[in-house]
Amino acid sequence: MYGNDFASPSDAPSASPEPVEPGLEDFWRIVGEDGRIEPRDAMPEDYRSSLVRQIAQHAHSEIIGMQPEGEWISRAPSLRRKAILMAKVQDEAGHGLYLYAAAETLGVDRAELLDMLHTGRQKYSSIFNYPTLTWADIGTIGWLVDGAAIVNQVPLCRCSYGPYARAMVRVCKEESFHQRQGFEALYTLSHGTPQQHEMAQDAVDRWWWPSLMMFGPHDSGPHATAGHTAKSMAWGVKRFSNDDLRQRFVDMTVPQAEALGLTLPDPDLRWNESRGHYDFGEIDFNELFEVIKGNGPCNAERMANRRRAHEEGAWVREAATAYAEKTAARRTAGAA
Amino acid sequence: MTSRVPPSSAESPEAPSAPTRSSSENPARALADYVLGLGDDALVAAQRMGEWIAKAPQIEEDVALGNIALDLLGQARSLLTYAGSLLDPPRSEDDLAYLREAGDFRCVHLVERPGGDFGVAVARLLILSAYHCELYAALSASRDGTLAGIAAKAVKEVDYHRDHATLWTLRLGDGTNESHTRMQAALAAEWPYVEELFDGSHLDPALVQRGVAVDPATLRTAFYRRVSQVVDQATLVLPGTVPAEGGGRCGRHTEHLESLLADLQGLTRAHPGATW
Amino acid sequence: MSGRRDWPLFEVFVRSRRGLSHVHVGSLHAPDAELALRNARDLYTRRQEGVSLWVVEASAITASSPQEKDSFFDPAGDKIYRHPTFYDIPDGVEHL
Repeated sequence: MYGNDFASPSDAPSASPEPVEPGLEDFWRIVGEDGRIEPRDAMPEDYRSSLVRQIAQHAHSEIIGMQPEGEWISRAPSLRRKAILMAKVQDEAGHGLYLYAAAETLGVDRAELLDMLHTGRQKYSSIFNYPTLTWADIGTIGWLVDGAAIVNQVPLCRCSYGPYARAMVRVCKEESFHQRQGFEALYTLSHGTPQQHEMAQDAVDRWWWPSLMMFGPHDSGPHATAGHTAKSMAWGVKRFSNDDLRQRFVDMTVPQAEALGLTLPDPDLRWNESRGHYDFGEIDFNELFEVIKGNGPCNAERMANRRRAHEEGAWVREAATAYAEKTAARRTAGAA
Repeated sequence: MTSRVPPSSAESPEAPSAPTRSSSENPARALADYVLGLGDDALVAAQRMGEWIAKAPQIEEDVALGNIALDLLGQARSLLTYAGSLLDPPRSEDDLAYLREAGDFRCVHLVERPGGDFGVAVARLLILSAYHCELYAALSASRDGTLAGIAAKAVKEVDYHRDHATLWTLRLGDGTNESHTRMQAALAAEWPYVEELFDGSHLDPALVQRGVAVDPATLRTAFYRRVSQVVDQATLVLPGTVPAEGGGRCGRHTEHLESLLADLQGLTRAHPGATW
Repeated sequence: MSGRRDWPLFEVFVRSRRGLSHVHVGSLHAPDAELALRNARDLYTRRQEGVSLWVVEASAITASSPQEKDSFFDPAGDKIYRHPTFYDIPDGVEHL
C-alpha cells in the first residue's frame, strides 16, 4: 500500500545546502544524469539514513496495513470477495518484504527495523490508524487509499536508489489489482440495495479526507523550500511535490466518483477551467498531525497486534534457528 | 473413464457401512452430500487458516499461510459449486457457504475447532494435508469427471501444503526444548480428530462401488505411514489418545462451528438478496 | 525482543521462463536454504513469475566493490578490437 514519509512540523528536518564532499563526485554526477545509485556506492550519509527511514516507514505501512483489511477476511460477504481480499492482504505482506529487502541493502537489518517499529521509534502511514467499520471500507480503501498510493508510488519507480526503484516497480504492478478490486467492490455496493449504497457513501465520506492527507503537508509555493521535499528532490528520490501529486489524485478521482454514483464530501470541490484542475477544500492538517503523533483511533490497537504477533512468534523463529544449526552440525559431522 | 478408483494401499478396501441417510434412492443427492463434505472441510479449514494472516511468526510465513488458505478456499469454491449444481433446485457456492445452518455443514471436527499457537496450526495442517494428498490422489481417478478434475488440480496444491507442514514439524519438533514440548502438545491436541477423517459410515456405498467416491477408510494406512514418518523424524511421538466422537459428516458439530459461521455469514445474512 | 539475531538473508534468483537465465529479484529471510526456497516460491512467484528458483545465502556472495570499479572495468574500455564493428570489410562481402 503506501508509506507517507513526512513528520509533524515539530520534528521536520531542516534542509541545509549540501557542499559536495570529496568522494561524492560520482554520486552527484550519477544523480545529475538521472542514473541509479546502487547499494555499495559512496553516498551522502543523510541520503542513506533518510532512505532507510523512508523505505522502512513504507515497509512498516504495508505490514500494519494488513490489519484493517485483514479484519474483514473472515467476514467477506462472498467467497469470491474472500479470495480477493486474502490475496490482497497477502500482497501487502509481500510488499513489506520487498521493501525491507531494499532497506537492508543500505546496511540495516530487518530485525532492527522491526524493533524500531515495535518500540515506536519508526512510524507507519497514519492512514492505517483509521478503523474499518463496514465492508464498504474495504472497497473504499482499495479505491481511494490504494489509488493515492499508486499516484505517490509510480514516480518512486524512477527514484535514484536502484533497489528502492526496483522494489517499487514490483509493488506498483501488483497495486493496480488492489485499486481495481476496490473500485469494483464499491461499484457493486453503490449499485446494490439502498442500504449497500448508503454503506458505500458513508465509507467514502470517512476516507476521502484521510486519503488526501496521505500526500503530506503543503510543500509547494512558499512551503517548497522547507522540510525535506527540496532535499529529497535534489537527491532524485522525490520527483513531484506533495501538492502536485495530491492534485493529480483529485483530478483522477472525481470522474471515478461520478462513475461510482458516489459523492465526495467536499462542498468546495469543482472544476476550475482556468487552472485546468479541480479546486478542493482546505485539509485539516491538525487532524493528520494528531494521528501521526499516535492519537488516531487505532494506533494503540495496531501496534499491540503487531507486537503480539512478533512476540508470540519468537519461539518459532528460535526453533527454526536451532534446527538449522543442528542440521548444519550434523552435515559437518557426516562429512568429516 | 475406464478405471475404478483404486485403493491407495495394497489391502482391499473394506465395504463401507450403511449410510446414515437414505440418500441411496437419490444418487445425485448422495453425490452432493459427499462433495459437500469435501467442500466444507476445505472452506472451514481456509477460514481458520485465514485467521493467521497478519499474525504469523515471521512475515514470510504470513505469505506462505496466505497461499495455503487461498488454495483451500479455491478447492472449497470448486467443490461447493459442483455440489450446488447437483441439488434441486441448484444452489450457488455462496448459497451453500453463507445460507446453511451449522447442522447442514458436513465438515469434520478437525478443521472447525479454534486454532491455537503456530504448533497447532502446523499439526493440523500436517494431518489435513496428509489426508488430502491421499484423498485427492485417489479421487483424481474418480469416474465422475468433474470430481476427478477438481482433485487433479488440488493434488498439486495439497502436496505443497504437506511439504510446508512437514518442514515446520521437523523444525518445531527438533528445534528447541520449548518448541519440542509445544509441538508434542499440539499433536496431542489434534490427534483425537484424526479418525473421523477415515470414517466412511455416512457414505452411500453405491458411490464407492461405482468408482465415484473414495471410501476414506482405504486412505488410512498410507496416511499413518506418511505422518508417522514425519513425526518420527521430528523426534516426536504419535499420541495414543482416544478418538473423539466425531459426527461432522452427519451434521453433528462442536459449538465452535456455530461461532465460526456467525463470523463468516453475519454480514451476508444481514442483507438478504444483496449481491456483493 | 531486541538484539536477537534475525534469520539469515538469502538472495533470490528467478528464471522467468525456459530459455532465459536466472535473474536476481530480491531477498528474504529464512532459517535455512530449504525454507528459503519455499519462501521464495511464495513471495516472488505468486503470479507465475517463474519456472525455476535459486536461493543463496547473501553472505556467500563475493562481489566486486565500487571502489575497484576503475581498475576492474575501465581497462576494457579501450579494447575496441574485441568488437566486430572495429573491422572494415569491403562492400559486397556477406556472411561476415
